[in-house]
Order: sequence, then C-alpha cells, then structure tokens
Amino acid sequence: MPDTHQEDKEALARRARRIRSHIVSATTAAGSGHPSSSLSLVELATVLYFGGHLRYDPARPDDPDRDRFILSKGHAAPGLYAVLAEAGYFPTEQLKDLRKLGSPLEGHPNMCRLPGVEASTGSLGQGLSIGIGHALALRLDGLDARVYVLVGDGESEEGQIWEAAMYAGNHGLDNLTLIIDRNGYQQTDAVDRIQPLDPLDEKLHAFGFATRVIDGHSLDEVDEAFSWARSVGGQPQAIIARTIKGKGVALLEAKQGGWHGKPIPPDEETRALEEIGAGA
Amino acid sequence: MSFGLSKIDFEIGPATREAFGEALAEAGSDERIVVVDGDVNNSTFTNAFMDRFPQRFFNTGIAESNMVGIASGLAAAGKIPVAASFSTFLMSNAFDQIRMSVAFPNLNVKLVGTHAGISIGEDGPSQMAIEDIALACALPGFTVVVPADGASTRAATFAMLEREGPTFLRCGRPKVPVIYRDEDPLQLGRANQLREGDDITIIASGIMVAMALDAAEALREEGVEARVLDMHTVKPIDVAAIETAANETRGIVVAEEHLAYGGLGATVAMVTAERRATRMAFVNVGDTYATSGKPDELLVQYGLTPQAIADAARRVLKD
Ligand SMILES: Cc1ncc(C[n+]2csc(CCOP(=O)(O)OP(=O)(O)O)c2C)c(N)n1
Ligand SMILES: [Mg+2]
Repeated sequence: MPDTHQEDKEALARRARRIRSHIVSATTAAGSGHPSSSLSLVELATVLYFGGHLRYDPARPDDPDRDRFILSKGHAAPGLYAVLAEAGYFPTEQLKDLRKLGSPLEGHPNMCRLPGVEASTGSLGQGLSIGIGHALALRLDGLDARVYVLVGDGESEEGQIWEAAMYAGNHGLDNLTLIIDRNGYQQTDAVDRIQPLDPLDEKLHAFGFATRVIDGHSLDEVDEAFSWARSVGGQPQAIIARTIKGKGVALLEAKQGGWHGKPIPPDEETRALEEIGAGA
Repeated sequence: MSFGLSKIDFEIGPATREAFGEALAEAGSDERIVVVDGDVNNSTFTNAFMDRFPQRFFNTGIAESNMVGIASGLAAAGKIPVAASFSTFLMSNAFDQIRMSVAFPNLNVKLVGTHAGISIGEDGPSQMAIEDIALACALPGFTVVVPADGASTRAATFAMLEREGPTFLRCGRPKVPVIYRDEDPLQLGRANQLREGDDITIIASGIMVAMALDAAEALREEGVEARVLDMHTVKPIDVAAIETAANETRGIVVAEEHLAYGGLGATVAMVTAERRATRMAFVNVGDTYATSGKPDELLVQYGLTPQAIADAARRVLKD
C-alpha cells in the first residue's frame, strides 16, 4: 500500500509557493496555457499530495492500491504537472517543456504519456464519471483506496457532471470525493452571469453527497476537509472550495474574468514570481 | 505560421473563424437569425454578433448537448439558429443531439465548429477536431463546408444562412493565406478550380488548399501540370468536377486536415470508384491522435505540407 506524504504547515506553504511559480514560469515559457485556472487549485492539490491525504508512490504509478486524483478540468494541466513534478513523478526541469513538440507535458493531460496522470481530460465534464469507474473497480477488488476528482465550476454546467453525481449519490460511493474549484469564473464571464450554480451545496446534497463549503486557499480548511471526507461513510463527499482565479498574482487576480487561458507576458513574469515569493 | 509554403508568397489574412464571426454579425440584421454559443464566444468570434444583437444571442454555458437541443427547438419555432463552439466539443460532445434533434427531423440548424484540425497547436489533441468531417458527413441531409480562407468563409457563411437545411461549417484557429477576393463567387456544392492542369488533380479543403497551390507550383518546375480544386463543400460533393478530373488527368491527390477515415478523401474515392476508377493518394492526419506543439511543427510532424502533397502526386504519376 503506497504511503501518504505528510509535511508540516510551513513546508506546505513553501510547496504551494513553488508550485505557483512553476505554473507561472511554465506557461510564460510556453507562451500559452491557463495559469489562472491552475493557480486557483494550488492549495487543494498541495494539501492533497503533501498534507498526508493522498496515498501514492511515484515509483509505482500503476499500483492498484494507490489513491487516484483526477483533474477533470484538464486545462489546469500546468497545475497538475507542477504538483506531479514536485511529488517526484518526473524532474521539475521538464516543466519548461510544457506544450513543446515531443514533450509528454501536453496542453491538456494525456494519461498515455505521463505517469501520475490518471485520466486524459480537456473536454470538460468527463472526469467525475471516470472517477466513479475507478471507485466501482476499487470496491469490486476489495481495495480501500480513494478517488478524488477536481471539477471546475463552469465545468459543472455540463450535464454529464450531474449524471455522474446522481449515480455516485445513489450508489453510496463513499470512496469518492468531488472537489469543486469554485473560482466564480469560466471562459467568457462570471459563472453567475452565465449559469448560476447556487445553492451548489444543496444541489449536491439532494443528489446524495455529504457536502462542505470551505476557503480553498486556507491550508487548514483544506486539510480539515480532506480528513472529514475520509470519515464520511455511505455516501460520496463534495468539497466546494471557494477560490480565486489567478490566486497569488495581482495581475491575474485583478482580471479574474478577463484572463482565461492567457499566460503572463514575459515582462510581467519577474514581478509575478516576486509576488509569489517562491524563494522564501 | 508558414504552412510550409515556399513557392508562392501568399498574403496572410484573417482566420476562418474570424471571417465567420464578422459575416455572421453582418447577416444578423435578419431577425430570424439567433446564435447559441457554449461559453467560447470570444474564441468562435460570435462575440461580434453578441455585441450587435444581444437579445438574439444566448451563451448557454459549457453544455454542448443542451446547446444543440436548444438550437433544434429554435429552428422548429421558425428561427435560424447558429450553434457555435470548438468543433470537437460541438460535433463529438453533442453528436446524439445533432443526430436526433437536428438531422433526423431535418431542421434548419447551422452548426459552426471552430478550432478544427491540428493547426490549433499547443492546446493539444483534446481540443483538436479531426473526426468532425466524418461525423458531419455521416448525417443524412447535412451540408458540410470546409472553407479555405477569410473571403470564402464569409461567402460560405452567407450561403449557409440563406439556404434551408442543416449545415456544418468548419473553421480554423490560425490566420490563413488569402486565396480569394471578397467578390469571388462561392456556390455550395460546386468546387472551385483554382488552377488548370492535365497531368494530375489535387483536391483539397481548408488550410490544405493553399498548400495544394504551392505544391502545384513545385510540380510545374518538374514539368507536371496539376489541376487544383478547392472542394470547400465536402457534402454534397461535386461529383461532376471529380469525374471530369478523373477523366482528364492521370490521378487524384486528396489533401485535408482530418483523419483518414470518413472525410474528404473517402468521399472523393467513393465517387471515383463508382464513376471512373483512377489512381489516388491521400494526404491527411492518418489514423492517430496528434500532440502539442507549434502549429507549423505539427503540420510537418503529421505530414500536412506542400511537400507531402507534391510527393503524393509524384507517387501517383509514377504508377
Ligand atoms: C466540453 C468543453 N467545452 C468547452 C471547452 C472550452 N473551455 C475550456 S476551459 C473553459 C472554462 C472552464 O471554466 P471552469 O470550469 O470554471 O474552469 P476555470 O478555468 O475557471 O478553473 C471552457 C469553456 C472545453 N474545454 N470543453
Ligand atoms: Mg471557474
């Protein structure tokens, strides 16, 4: 059984800063990509991988006993890659090859090319169903590994998310945790102006989920939420994480609605990295 | 982007998605036209329509199946709905809705897929529509249009809106070489012969048309005169132009930015097999998903270049 990786709070905060700086540098070097969508999930993924929750072994990425993390909003690939590199799946130097010809770090995650990537995503709406498949297989095989699926709030407009939610709830998949990156924005506008989702927790509750709403940038709240999720029996759990699109970089935070899928320009990169303070 | 062009110095014009968006906004004074878009209106350029006719524009969110269903209802109620998204999210994600709620009831829905093909580049295979022509051509009653440049996209957009019936218009992401002038005519279902030649015929669509012209120029240097047909309408295909080409030239090369199965190549081959068997060769993405990279790099990697077209022509002529 692969182990969890438990770091103290200071180390976690350092990890988060490093992951943020990887996201910025890699997308700026690539000249394209989705830094703001990646920055909003940093604490969620950092605490999952390094806060003693996810059980994984980079040396054995196919271990049937491993916990699974599925990034359903595949455009946040730079965030996933930064986390996987920090976790030891591949050298961090490889992050600079993001989106380059020949690199397994494609614009969206490709499970055939990069160990640690649990699902090929990029067409929104599909990750939760895939997670259910894993959860059912784990049950059949009598394994107590868990499945975590991270979904965007705009992505939650896809009907398939709700088909999946209904199934997970009806079948009491308590080895499945849905994490919603509730950053409030999608590609062209605020979620509230396109397809308001609230009351999201009540909706998911009605579909059979145990729910929690947290501050998705608080290491403590994220940590507590994952511990809570593991303790829930008989039903899947949904963690609705309130986040900020572009968190950590003032330029992006100021333009949350207007900075989807755009890298930070090279002449702004130094300032962004200073704000993140990765060296500290 | 260079598209591997080396013989002809094309001017680079707007992306076909951009030309579509502008034409749509112009046509929008017709109050029957309504637009639904799946939260990518700044990518599909339906923003131009949204800005001018906000009441007739609906961002239906990231929910393509629902979007197509809504378009179906709008058409049944007498509107002329244009449903736009990235081509793969539209055609692949909503295919059953397209089949059941648009094609089967033969409703007047205009589907516009942008970011088609591998020339989108770095975003990678999940965002690349390379099965979309096959999917659209499979649908009874559908007209399928793959324009080559800004001016022809503009003309195709107007033609699509004027004619009755379900239509799929396929547009790309990058800015592309200029082939036509604004006033050049475009008739859906009628290929445009862009170059005369009696040795071999190159039939192309989309970004492959400029490459076909470039390849023809290279072949001329070797004494080979290639006819070039812009087969902008893949369905219904211009049977007469293909039959004439098969009769008058020694073979046909078909070039498209799509998988090998079910696209323009297969459609042309169906015509030649029935009317006039001829030696053929195919330039396409093959039977594989692509990867991330710069658009020009990917075109080389997956063999979509003027050189690949010229090589295919040489192969055909050697037999
Ligand atoms: C099926 C599908 N439709 C459309 C897109 C294009 N697209 C990519 S990201 C995005 C917005 C996603 O918003 P959200 O889920 O809130 O993620 P965020 O970037 O805010 O984290 C859209 C519309 C897509 N990738 N897949
Ligand atoms: Mg969002």
